[in-house]
Amino acid sequence: MIGAEAIIKCLESEDVKYVFGYPGVAICPFYNSILESDIKTILVRTEQSAAHAASGLARLTGKPGVCAVTSGPGATNIITGIATAYADSIPMVIITGQVKTDLIGSDVFQEADITGAVESFVKYSYLVKKAEDLPRIFKEAFYIAGSGRKGPVLIDIPIDVQNAQIKSFKYPESVNLRTYKPTVKGNASQIKKVIGKVRTANRPIMCIGGGVQLGDANAEVLKFAEDHNIPMVSTMMGIGTIPTDHPLYFGMVGNNGKPYANKAMNEADVIMMVGARVADRAISQPDLITKDKVLIHIDVDPAEIGKNAVSSIPLVGDCKAIFEDLNKEEFESDTSKWIKALDSYKKDLKIKRNPNKDYVDPESFIQTLTEALEDDAVYIADVGQNQIFSCAYAKIKKGKFLTSGGMGTMGYSIPAALGAKLADPKRQVVCVCGDGSFQMSMCELATFRQHGVLAKIIVFNNTYLGMVREYQHYSYKDNYSMVSLDGSPNLEKLVSAYDFDYLRLENAKGLKKTIEKFLADKNSALLEVMIDPLDLVK
Amino acid sequence: MQKKVFQLLATNTSGVLSRISGLFSRRGYNIESITAGVTSNPEYTRITIVTSGDDEVLEQIEKQVAKLVDIKVVKELKPDESVYRELALVKVRCSAEERPSVIAITDIFRGKIVDVATDSLIIEITGDVEKIDKFLELLEGHEILELARTGMAGLSRGIETVTI
Repeated sequence: MIGAEAIIKCLESEDVKYVFGYPGVAICPFYNSILESDIKTILVRTEQSAAHAASGLARLTGKPGVCAVTSGPGATNIITGIATAYADSIPMVIITGQVKTDLIGSDVFQEADITGAVESFVKYSYLVKKAEDLPRIFKEAFYIAGSGRKGPVLIDIPIDVQNAQIKSFKYPESVNLRTYKPTVKGNASQIKKVIGKVRTANRPIMCIGGGVQLGDANAEVLKFAEDHNIPMVSTMMGIGTIPTDHPLYFGMVGNNGKPYANKAMNEADVIMMVGARVADRAISQPDLITKDKVLIHIDVDPAEIGKNAVSSIPLVGDCKAIFEDLNKEEFESDTSKWIKALDSYKKDLKIKRNPNKDYVDPESFIQTLTEALEDDAVYIADVGQNQIFSCAYAKIKKGKFLTSGGMGTMGYSIPAALGAKLADPKRQVVCVCGDGSFQMSMCELATFRQHGVLAKIIVFNNTYLGMVREYQHYSYKDNYSMVSLDGSPNLEKLVSAYDFDYLRLENAKGLKKTIEKFLADKNSALLEVMIDPLDLVK
Repeated sequence: MQKKVFQLLATNTSGVLSRISGLFSRRGYNIESITAGVTSNPEYTRITIVTSGDDEVLEQIEKQVAKLVDIKVVKELKPDESVYRELALVKVRCSAEERPSVIAITDIFRGKIVDVATDSLIIEITGDVEKIDKFLELLEGHEILELARTGMAGLSRGIETVTI
């Protein structure tokens, strides 16, 4: 058996169904050996998309997504995708081909020091020196990527290692990592302290971060909130953890969030941050959530606790395990007055938009769309105004809301939708992007077509890079620079070249019908939605 | 700003030092010195890092370093519970007439002359950072041609150990 065959065996042992990637000489042994396997290969049209697709898949399966690209430019092209996954703690294993071991360091054709280049965007990386090490390294890589605070792990494999003979293959049953042991169970005395504070709180609130879904703890967290009537808000990465119409849910916090969600955080006396890192876009003034308040910070990564806000009660561990323990404690709490106050804030602090009737109003579009979606649909928002509108107005029932929250990588949604649809073909998957982000990933329409994956793409066309235009509107007195998207293609003609159906909405007329037709279409389809070029998210 | 000395036990793999130094540079932490060497168990490397920052930064440094997959233990070496040593090699321009005075200073600091040439001496001296600084101060008046300092290595006092 050669190294490349051993790699395939490792992936089979990890129950990998799909590998997203792009070939090149240095990864050819791998892509040759995979032909003998049932693992399906998905050829994306640029390497960055391979990582986003693996991310979309990982967020549905909960297991590391896998991608494999070649050395040099293949490896450097995927870095943005890796950084995007790292910023959102998405489990992923990236395989890169590398030039021959004895040529490393001599600047030969398509050589790049990829382990060095991705150092700050991966949880861990390997440069494989001996084919015999492959089973151990893959076992460790999958374990590291999918445990503790999840994240990408890169394995760089020189071509001679892929071609080297190995005598026998045995995939290890367990890992033996003496220096890596993430905390799972929460400290019992800290849990007691948490209960003590929540029990006596007058105005408790839970802020749900992306860590809750990543830790598969939605049900446990919701039970705790419901049992004790604790209202909840979420960060962008936490959207969809709690059904958005839940009576205890009060929207997204942050400078692009709901004013009543921020008010709730400011007025609370006990805040539980759960799987959230107190990032600047969610909490712009960390001192506001610590001053005269009790901050309980629950996270699997001890380094996040105290990084941006000093907590009164730190609690390190896996969200699911911690909430299982918290749910064992019985106590009564009366928060009815507090919830009543929050309900009235929700009514009073609604952002009143003044939509331009000549165009489609993003608010009513997203509301109508998400009401028409199946209960467990996956809604993927790209980056820009489309993302902020989506966060504000999407109704998520039992489905999922995916977006690039930490890195804000444009072009994320289309390849992520590809990965999500492959992970669960029966599930409805729609992605919403702007005319800017669409053009960053439109090459992937061919990938959907090639592999027979149903695409449902919505493009908000406002002829601008809207988020930056909005920033220039407020900060540079409408001195627009580099934001006009003049020259964009005719989308109807473009998608017809890929055999996609094309639908278009100019204004509110036919909104519901068009959306229904778009969703019911058995063929891949793109819905172009004309948005007022001067519309603002706030 | 205060100074802290951390001792780390890391797996003895290639790239471990660059992972640590990369973490310090990308997060903007200071490294005043870093020393590394294999332990009695060849699978591990013992590293001493001298760093500085305010309390919150120092807490983050400890947590972020501990988070690295290759790091087994991070422990602060507190001054009153630890021994710190640094080694310096100092090449001084030194004529035959100047020699006795340089040798006298070296003796006081329990240093050693490890190389003698017509116009120069190399002195080996170990001690904590302050002692070496003091020694270099006393050599003023002599031209220091080259100076190599190792950075600080440390161990905690007593039977307690930072081992696997």
